[in-house]
Amino acid sequence: MIQVKAKLIYNKKIKNNYFCCALFVEKLAYSAYPGQFLQIKIDNGYTPFLRRPFSIHRLKGKNIEILYEVVGKGTEILSKKKPGEYLDVIGPLGNGFNLNIPYSVAGISILVGGGIGVAPLLFLAERLVHNRQSKVHRGPCVLIGAKNKRELLCEKEFQDLGCEVRISTDDGSKGFKGKVTDLLKVFLQKTNQRQGRMIYACGPRPMLKEIAVISQKYSIPAEVCLEEHMACGIGVCLGCVVNTKRGYKRVCKDGPVFKTEEIIW
Amino acid sequence: MVSLRVKIGKLNLKNPVILSSGTFSQDLKYFLDLEKLGAVVTKTITLRPQAGNPPPRTCETASGLLNSIGLENPGLDVFLKKELPSLLKLKTPLIISIGTFDNLKELVILAKELERIKGVSGLELNISCPNMKRKKLISQDSHLTYKVIKEVRQATTKTLIAKLSPNVTDITEIASSAQKAEADALSLINTILAMAVNIDNRKPKLATITGGLSGPAIKPIALRMVWQVYQKVNIPIIGMGGIMEAKDAIEFILCGATAVGIGTANLIYPDLSLEIIKGIKDYLIKSRIKDINKLVGSLKV
Repeated sequence: MIQVKAKLIYNKKIKNNYFCCALFVEKLAYSAYPGQFLQIKIDNGYTPFLRRPFSIHRLKGKNIEILYEVVGKGTEILSKKKPGEYLDVIGPLGNGFNLNIPYSVAGISILVGGGIGVAPLLFLAERLVHNRQSKVHRGPCVLIGAKNKRELLCEKEFQDLGCEVRISTDDGSKGFKGKVTDLLKVFLQKTNQRQGRMIYACGPRPMLKEIAVISQKYSIPAEVCLEEHMACGIGVCLGCVVNTKRGYKRVCKDGPVFKTEEIIW
Repeated sequence: MVSLRVKIGKLNLKNPVILSSGTFSQDLKYFLDLEKLGAVVTKTITLRPQAGNPPPRTCETASGLLNSIGLENPGLDVFLKKELPSLLKLKTPLIISIGTFDNLKELVILAKELERIKGVSGLELNISCPNMKRKKLISQDSHLTYKVIKEVRQATTKTLIAKLSPNVTDITEIASSAQKAEADALSLINTILAMAVNIDNRKPKLATITGGLSGPAIKPIALRMVWQVYQKVNIPIIGMGGIMEAKDAIEFILCGATAVGIGTANLIYPDLSLEIIKGIKDYLIKSRIKDINKLVGSLKV
């Protein structure tokens, strides 16, 4: 982890409250891996006061792309930053997804993203596709959940990678009507359940809790990327803990990716 | 050349900038050269392991950070085995923060255990953490403050620093008791008891409802307390509370602080303390003051 002044290359609105920006962070981009995050000081003053954590959405050359939703003052200020401005960035931080699952384990990787939770999954999908030993191995299957059609994120990006993409919307305006976890259950029932060798998920806490239940029921290991308010993001303050079978663990340093079986939901 | 050297009890610090308890960890070495610091203070250690408070433990407030960590720490034994050895390799003076939830005798045991370790430069007595279930903190009672410090004093020859709570009616009364009990120095101030509310779900933002407020939001209060205490006691004061730049540190020194603690700012800018040291030095040069000790308490009133 290093601290750098990163130049904003672009910062564009994707749709509704969703934005995507790219930061030129050469030194940092080389060592980053999926599931890790950056701590960004959005403005020099005291508003916002603390840094804000953002998942790494994907690497684009020497740039790191961040996909974010405007949810409060910090992200609102970020959304108004112009290309050429510099942001103080610390990263890459935390432990990411485990990609070293032997190919002797049969089946495909299933990525499940709810809302803005798709953010770290694109980087993961890229690596999973890249790591395939041959074309014989299938790319990951991606399940994307959104409130409605208009809120749906990254469908095209995952398709462009060659992933099989399935959609769920709460109101049924596109794809499966219901929660993305319900779509996952249907998916596992329809296909041979043994086809799943790993579930990777990111999204709201209730969704991840449901992923834990599904993981256990279908005996498919699952890893989830937790989202949490953080103060330092570097493991010092012990502020962002989650309760696990081994006691409180820091989301920023011990996570943000955890095996679902470790967490006390 | 200007001198930044200050003395806190038996400790000679090469400069007055100290990393405060709860915001220092060895991982900061990735961001700055820790050996350039005046001293570092560890996260508070208790005799037995403490799990800490349930989450959420922190939230941001206007120019501040509200926290309720609850003294999470592995306890003395694990600290001695796993964390201390690498801390002792640092050439920077090491101050161990010690605390207790309910048993005052534990502080004496902790002090005795640490007395034997040569590389430990000093002890900071955390008698002011607001995030414990105790109804009243030790440092909210001047008699108890006296009694506890006196007992720990008898258990250690190391520099003994008492960290006091601002959540009192008259900080000078408590500070005087600490001095009378032969504390070598005072850390002023710990966090201010506070709370934050989420109107969407009508819940407090911290699981423990209340927590301790730190950051620039509390700096004016901390300055006032350092100034008041400086008028009353002779022992050195380590001033802290919302220091974000050299200017803030100099304000504390003018009000009577011999050294300053950098806390919350470390969590945002882990390398900030070095900038502050440089800024203080530049200020002395610009003001033609050769010795920082001349600046201490030199507020013109």
